[in-house]
Amino acid sequence: MAESRVPHASLPPPASTIGVVGWLRRNLFSSPLNIVLTLLAVYLLFVTLPPLLRWAFLDASWRGDDREACRSGGACWVFIRVHFEQFMYGFYPDGQRWRVNAAVLLLILGAAPLFMRAVSSKFKIRLGLGLLIGYPFVAFALLKGGMIGLPVVDTSQWGGLLLTLVIAGVGMTAALPLGVLLALGRRSRMPAIQTLCVTFIEFWRGVPLITVLFMSSVMLPLFLPVGMNFDKLLRALIGVTLFQGAYMAEVVRGGLQAIPKGQFEAAAALGLGYWKTMGLIVLPQALKLVIPGIVNTFIALFKDTSLVLIIGLFDLMNIVHNATTNPAWLGFSTEGYVFAALVYWLFCFGMSRYSQNLEKHLHTGHKR
Amino acid sequence: MAEHAPAPVKPPFWNDPQIRAILFQAIALVVTVAFGLYVFDNTQANLRRLGIASGFGFLSSPSGFDIIQSLIPYSPTSSYGRVFWVALLNTLLVSALGIVLATALGFVIGIARLSKNWLISRLALAYIETFRNIPLLLQIFFWYFAVLRVMPAPGQSLDLGKIVFPKLGLEEIAFLNIRGLYLPAPEFQTGFGWVLAAFGIAVALTVLLARWARRRQKATGQQFPLFSVSLALLLGLPLLTFWLAGSPLAWQVPKLQGFNFQGGLVVIPEMASLLLALTLYTATFIAEIVRAGIQAVSHGQTEASLSLGLSSSLTLRLIILPQALRVIIPPLTNQYLNLTKNSSLAAAIGYPDLVSAFAGTVLNQTGQAIECIAITMAVYLTISLLISLMMNWYNRRVALVER
Repeated sequence: MAESRVPHASLPPPASTIGVVGWLRRNLFSSPLNIVLTLLAVYLLFVTLPPLLRWAFLDASWRGDDREACRSGGACWVFIRVHFEQFMYGFYPDGQRWRVNAAVLLLILGAAPLFMRAVSSKFKIRLGLGLLIGYPFVAFALLKGGMIGLPVVDTSQWGGLLLTLVIAGVGMTAALPLGVLLALGRRSRMPAIQTLCVTFIEFWRGVPLITVLFMSSVMLPLFLPVGMNFDKLLRALIGVTLFQGAYMAEVVRGGLQAIPKGQFEAAAALGLGYWKTMGLIVLPQALKLVIPGIVNTFIALFKDTSLVLIIGLFDLMNIVHNATTNPAWLGFSTEGYVFAALVYWLFCFGMSRYSQNLEKHLHTGHKR
Repeated sequence: MAEHAPAPVKPPFWNDPQIRAILFQAIALVVTVAFGLYVFDNTQANLRRLGIASGFGFLSSPSGFDIIQSLIPYSPTSSYGRVFWVALLNTLLVSALGIVLATALGFVIGIARLSKNWLISRLALAYIETFRNIPLLLQIFFWYFAVLRVMPAPGQSLDLGKIVFPKLGLEEIAFLNIRGLYLPAPEFQTGFGWVLAAFGIAVALTVLLARWARRRQKATGQQFPLFSVSLALLLGLPLLTFWLAGSPLAWQVPKLQGFNFQGGLVVIPEMASLLLALTLYTATFIAEIVRAGIQAVSHGQTEASLSLGLSSSLTLRLIILPQALRVIIPPLTNQYLNLTKNSSLAAAIGYPDLVSAFAGTVLNQTGQAIECIAITMAVYLTISLLISLMMNWYNRRVALVER
C-alpha cells in the first residue's frame, strides 16, 4: 500500500561540461589568461609547423644518388641515403660489415629472453651475468678479427653508430660495477679507503669530460713506460668509464643511504659477512631504488660519447659532421645533424621510457 | 643445566675484523702509492726522452697568437699567462650568461609544464623531451655550422628589428651576418655615475626598509607593502636621477662601412651558438627540477594557507615558494655546475675558452701537456668545490629542523 518513492532518473550533465566541448572548456579556455595562452600557442604552431613539415616531408627529395637530385627546395634526404652505410659502420671494410650485423644480432637474440615476462628470473640473472661477462669477448673477437680466419679490422676503422654503441656499451658495463665499488668504498668505515674513494669521486666529478679526454690523449702516453702505447679507442674508453663511474658512485651511494639500518643489523644477526650482506641484502634493494638515477647516468653517458670527436675518433657525431664538410655535398649540414639528432634521440628516449617501465614493474612496495 | 657454555674460541688473527681493516687499508695505501710512484717515474723518463722541461716558466713567454674575443687587453705579444686570464674570463662570461638565461627559460618552461592549459603543458613537454635527449655537442654544432655559418655576408645582413618586430620602428639597429650578431652598444656619458649611485642608495634603503618592516610586524602585527614599495624605490630613484642628469646614456648603433659593420656590440657566432645551445639544453633540466620542486609541496599546504585567509599571491610567496625552493636549489646548483663544465665544449667550435685556448692552443704550442691540463683541471675543480661549499652552506640554512 505504501507509496514507493522512485527517484527521478538523474539529469544528464550540462552539455558544456562533457564531450569535446567540455574538454576544450576545461583544458584550453578555462580562464581569460588560458584563452590568451591557447591562442598564442596555436599561433606559434601555425607559424612553425607547416613550413617545417613542408621542408621535412612534402618538398623533400628522397630519391637519387647525388646532389643533383636535390632541387626541390626541401630537405635533401638523399644525402642521408647515400651516406647511410658510412653513418652506421664508419670506415669498416665493405665486405666485412656482416660481422657488425652478426654481433648486433647476437646481442639482440641473447638479450631477448631478459625482456620476456615468461622467463624465470633465476634464468634471467644467469643469462644476464653470462652476457655481461661473455658477450664483450665474443663481440670483440667478431669485430676485431684475427681469429678463426677473420681478417683483422683495426679499431681505427671502426666508426659511425657502431663506434658510438661500442663506447656506450663498454662504458655502461664498466661504469656500473666501478660505481658500486666506489660507493661501497665511500660508505666504508675504514678511513683510508673512504678517503681514497672520496678523492677519486670528487676529482672526476669536478672536471669536464672533455679535459678528461684531453688528458687521456695527451697525458696518458706520458704516464706509461717508454715504448708502450694504447689504442686511441681504449684511451677514450678508460676516460669515459672513470668519469661516468664517479657519477654512478654518487647515484648508488644515494641508494645505499636510503636502506634502513635495520637491514644491516638483521643481516649481521643472521651471521652474514660484509660481502654477503651487501650482495644479498643491501645492494639489491639499493640498486632498485636508484634505477632512475642509473638510467639517467646511462643516458648522459650515451650523449657524452659524442665528445670523442674532440680526440679524433669517428663516432656517429663526427662521421656525420665529416660528411657535411665533404665538398661534393656542401650545404646539407642541417639534414645531417637532424638525422644524427634523431638517432641519439631514439636511443635516449627509449632508455628513459624503458626505465619508467622497469620502475613500475619492479615496484613491489607501497605506491603512494 | 649446570653445564657451562665452552669459553668462546678466539678467532684466528686473520679473521679479526680490526686487524683485517688495518690490513686492507695498508694494502690500498701501498698499492696507491706504488702506482703513483710508477706513473711519476714513467713520466720523468718520458719527459727526459722528449726533452720537455717541466715547470711553469713558459707562462711568462710571449704567446704569438691572437684571440678572437677578449675581455681584457690582449695582443699576440702578451704572455701565455695572459692567455690563461683571457680564456678564464671567456669561460666565466659564457657560463654566467648561460646560467641567467637557462634559469629564466627553465622556470618559464617548468611552470608551463604544470599549467592547466593542455596545449601549453604539452608544448613544454615536447620541448623538454626533444632538447634533453640530444647531445649538447650536436646542438652546438647545429647552431654553429647549420645556422650561423650559413648567414649572409655583412653586405646582405639580416635586419633583426625588421624581421622579428616589423613595423615597430626598430629597423637598422641590430644585424645578423656570418661575422656575428651586431647589437647597439650603450655609451655611458658623464653623469651616469649619479644613476649608479642612486641605484646603490635605493638598494641600501630597501634593506633598511625590509628590516624596519619586519621589526614592526613582529611588534605590532601590521604588515607593510614591502614588495611594491621597494620595487618603486629600486626603479624610481635611478630613473629620476637619470632624468635629472639629462639622460646620460646614448646607444651606439652598428653601421655598415665598407665590408663590415663598425661600432656597436658584437657577439661572435662561436659565442652565440655556444650560449644558445647551453641555454636550450640546460633549461630542459631546470624545467624538470622546477616542476618537481613545486609538485613536492603537498596540496594540503595550499589548502591550509587559503583556509588561514592568506591570499593566493601570499600563499605562493610565503608558503609554496619557500618549501619548493628547498627542493629546487640543490639540483639547480648542480645544473649550474654542469653548465659551467659543459661550456668547455667550446673547444669543438673554437670559442676561446679555457679548454680551447689554454688546454688547446697553448698546449700545442708549448708542449707543456702536464702543466696546461693540471692548471685547467685545477680551475674547474676550484669552481666545483666553491659552488658545492656554497650549496652545503645554503642547505644547512634551509634544512628542515626535525625533532
